[in-house]
Amino acid sequence: MTPFTYERASDPAAAARAVAARPDARFIAGGTNLVDLMKLGVERPGHLVDVSRLKLDAIEPRPEGGLKIGAQVKNSVLAADEQVRKLYPLLSRALLAGASGQLRNMASTGGNLLQRTRCFYFADVSQPCNKRTPGSGCAALGGFNRIHAVLGATEACIATNPSDMAVAMAALDARVETVTGEGAPREIPLGELYRAPGEGPETTLGHGELITAVLLPPPPPGRQVYRKVRDRASYAFALVSVAAVVDAADGRVRGGRLALGGVAHKPWRVEEAERLFDGGVETRLFDRIADAALSGARGYGHNDFKIDLARRAIRRTLADAAGDVS
Amino acid sequence: MTTLSPTKGPIGEPLDRVDGRLKVTGAARYAAERKPSAPPLHGVIVGATVAKGRVTAIDAAAAEAAPGVRLVMTHRNAPKQPEFGPARIAGNRFQRARPVLGDDRVRHWGEPVAFVVADTFEQARAAADLVKVTYEAEPHAIGLEEHLRDAYAPQTINVGMPTDTEVGDFEAAFAVAPVKVDETYHVAQQHHMAIEPHAAVAEWDGDELTVFTASQTIANARASLAATLGIDKEKVRLVSSYVGGGFGGKLGMRAETALAAFAAKALSRPVKAVQTRRQTFYTVGHRPEAIQRVRLSASRDGRLTGVSHEVWMQSSPVEEFAEQTASSTRALYGAPAILTRHRLVNLDMQGGEPVRAPGEAPGLLALESAIDELCHKLGMDPVEFRILNDTQIDPEKKKPFSSRHLVECLREGAARFGWADRPKSPRERREGAKLIGYGVSAAIRPNYIGPCAAYVRVAEDRSVIVRTDMTDIGTGTYTILTQVAAETLGVPLAAVKVELGDSRFPVSPGSGGSWGAASSASAVHDACLKVKAEMARTDEARVFEATGSVKGMRDTQAYKDFSQYCFGAHFAEVEVDEDTGEIRMRRMLGAFAAGRILNAKTARSQMIGGMIWGVSSALFEEAVNDPRTGHIVNGDLGEYHVAAHADAANVDAFFIDEHDERANALGAKGVGELGICGAGAALANAVFNATGVRARRFPITLDQVIAGV
Repeated sequence: MTPFTYERASDPAAAARAVAARPDARFIAGGTNLVDLMKLGVERPGHLVDVSRLKLDAIEPRPEGGLKIGAQVKNSVLAADEQVRKLYPLLSRALLAGASGQLRNMASTGGNLLQRTRCFYFADVSQPCNKRTPGSGCAALGGFNRIHAVLGATEACIATNPSDMAVAMAALDARVETVTGEGAPREIPLGELYRAPGEGPETTLGHGELITAVLLPPPPPGRQVYRKVRDRASYAFALVSVAAVVDAADGRVRGGRLALGGVAHKPWRVEEAERLFDGGVETRLFDRIADAALSGARGYGHNDFKIDLARRAIRRTLADAAGDVS
Repeated sequence: MTTLSPTKGPIGEPLDRVDGRLKVTGAARYAAERKPSAPPLHGVIVGATVAKGRVTAIDAAAAEAAPGVRLVMTHRNAPKQPEFGPARIAGNRFQRARPVLGDDRVRHWGEPVAFVVADTFEQARAAADLVKVTYEAEPHAIGLEEHLRDAYAPQTINVGMPTDTEVGDFEAAFAVAPVKVDETYHVAQQHHMAIEPHAAVAEWDGDELTVFTASQTIANARASLAATLGIDKEKVRLVSSYVGGGFGGKLGMRAETALAAFAAKALSRPVKAVQTRRQTFYTVGHRPEAIQRVRLSASRDGRLTGVSHEVWMQSSPVEEFAEQTASSTRALYGAPAILTRHRLVNLDMQGGEPVRAPGEAPGLLALESAIDELCHKLGMDPVEFRILNDTQIDPEKKKPFSSRHLVECLREGAARFGWADRPKSPRERREGAKLIGYGVSAAIRPNYIGPCAAYVRVAEDRSVIVRTDMTDIGTGTYTILTQVAAETLGVPLAAVKVELGDSRFPVSPGSGGSWGAASSASAVHDACLKVKAEMARTDEARVFEATGSVKGMRDTQAYKDFSQYCFGAHFAEVEVDEDTGEIRMRRMLGAFAAGRILNAKTARSQMIGGMIWGVSSALFEEAVNDPRTGHIVNGDLGEYHVAAHADAANVDAFFIDEHDERANALGAKGVGELGICGAGAALANAVFNATGVRARRFPITLDQVIAGV
């Protein structure tokens, strides 16, 4: 860990200005990921701006329906929130599937969205990594890549996004509200928050742009299910996770949503796959949706099994969400 | 006659840990928390980033100029130390000199190449980051399967056992047998991962050194440190009052201890050094990766006619370690023909070390899986098969067992577990998408005793002090020795104070090999009897003291006349998700026969802890070496998986009533390692029973299951 300076921001715009003023500055909230990476030498900020005490910790109904979740709402609080559990059980389940109780007590909503990949090689400064050191190469490509991406990856990077929460939020059409030092607010669809894998930044946020809230529209009709497949029962990242919403009644599937975690650099949603939810009573509908969602999937050796695993997990989760329709 | 007030005998009672309150309140000071006479400086290790080669340059200028830095030690300015010497030595390898920064060679990834000492830990860590090391890398060999052709036979395997054995004519028996199994199993590299990382605080007073460190065996660490420093061991005081787990990784002296001592000398200030979790993957040994071929032959009525167990495992050209992986196969079943072989493959990694139940733990994963495969072919209940093939005579040594209650463990365990209700064939039981399976496995583990001494002092007020350099690595030594002293002397438990883990106390064999409890309890028992005899001869109100001892097994006739082992049986129920292949252990029960139990609570905790590690070794644990570099890819506890609480929610264990007077005067045997022995195989067999998928690569990950269903 290299020495750094620290300040506690007074309001969101001031926090954004403080970070924007120094290229080596970073926001810190719960610190559950950043501090680890600082100890490993992966992150070497010269200055930290603490945003954990900005008054961004409310969960409020929006006038048009849905919820506004403050960026500093802790993961444990969000998971336990009554409105969330009632309207978005998918989100609550996803949060509880992530990390550990201790980590969820510290981790913030905004920070969860921006957590870095758990790629082994990214977290080890003795190894080449284009994400950490652009141009150095990707050690995961020919290395041990059991946990790596099978969708959307490139020769530059095959890392995955580790968040469970983001997968649920993606399926729920969440939008991210940000502010910059000039005080200009912006809304970004969650699907557009993450850049395609490669060199350089992972998100479309500017340096010094602070997430202030996550906006959830009213929940889509249908039953919500989150299924996380992992190597042990707790405290393991998803090999594959599935966020599903299926609207089914009277033996017919009328609509639905599907987002995948653990398979790509971002929560993976495929429009062509979701269009198939309007598939009525067709048999093998969920197989076709799985095939469409996994279109273009490829393995890199150790993670080849993830494609079959994802197909199995999708089918099963959609069936669970549909109830007796399948 | 001086009398002591009689009390009810506390030996065996489930007494709470006498140090429990100290531990949960933080009052028990572990090595890194000990306070030397002046605030210590802090040292941080810099590890090599090549697997093999030479350090050609070290640029320490930036580190030396960094705030608070007092010293950057490298091979250029480290004290002169003895050569490490040959890979294999005749004596106690844990007491040999272990040079650190002794030369410019790099023998494995992560080997210390520099040690940065500063006023604060943060300064030392930041400066360690600034040390620039240049290497001349040499071609390295990493990957067991890729280098099998380089295998060689060691002279002996661990603890001096023979490398190869053969009783009867296995090949002849196998050739004609009507029912056979011939399968190869793979067990991944596993690490100790004690919760307390290796740590030391070193302080010199003239030519005398005091070191607080994390050690299982004080005498080993002291001798090794003295040899490394080139000083008389009488000049070294070593203290490990509390140890946060060892599992074999703290049997000897480690780099941080030597480095703290070097730096404390060079700077004339106390120095503290604590390894990071990541560093412990490279500097304290591991259970080597092993490939095991098991062949079994049986008659149609289920009698074993031959057992063969051949092992190939990783070792290091620097220091040989041959885990005794096939050794339990020599004594577990009464087959007329038994063949075992061990072969080593030198790779450019640190060498293996004993890890909880060295040999038995990985060996029984393979053997007890193969037995289950044979039972399936025979169509036999695997409990009944094991009972049928039990023996009361050690099939190799042709001696009786001192006590052997494997059959009782199997029967009583089966009854309590509800084995009769098991699914009889694979894929028979289902709950929704979950396939349910039951598995069983036998446990066997040698019973050892080591030469041990202990001092007991009874004061005028009848308070008792017990001292030995024996350690409590979380096992409950403080508690059981309190019980033994209280019962033998006939004093209340509260009158007894046990002091451990200090080289000024009488020498014990330490915590290792599951011999600690029997050895130290026997020595304390002997000392108490001596004190009691002395007290019986006088009416004086004075201090009584005595040093008691027990001989090691090599000097004990009962260990020559009898084959001494502990036994057990594991029963496991798993559920396997048919869609995702996820395996979850639902419940597990262990039945054990391990002599007289000194404390029912701490002994049960030992068994449960071992069983949970068995779950981990079957389902989770694997250190992955990158063959391109020689580094461990998943070297932290986020990605090197061990069982989380949710993976081990329902584990229970009980003991068969046993008192083995051939083991020692107390009738007690070792329990520390027995719990892991065979535990993982019960899981693997349950997975087969659930799914019909026979996984032979440990850990059994879900991809192996979905490939098979």
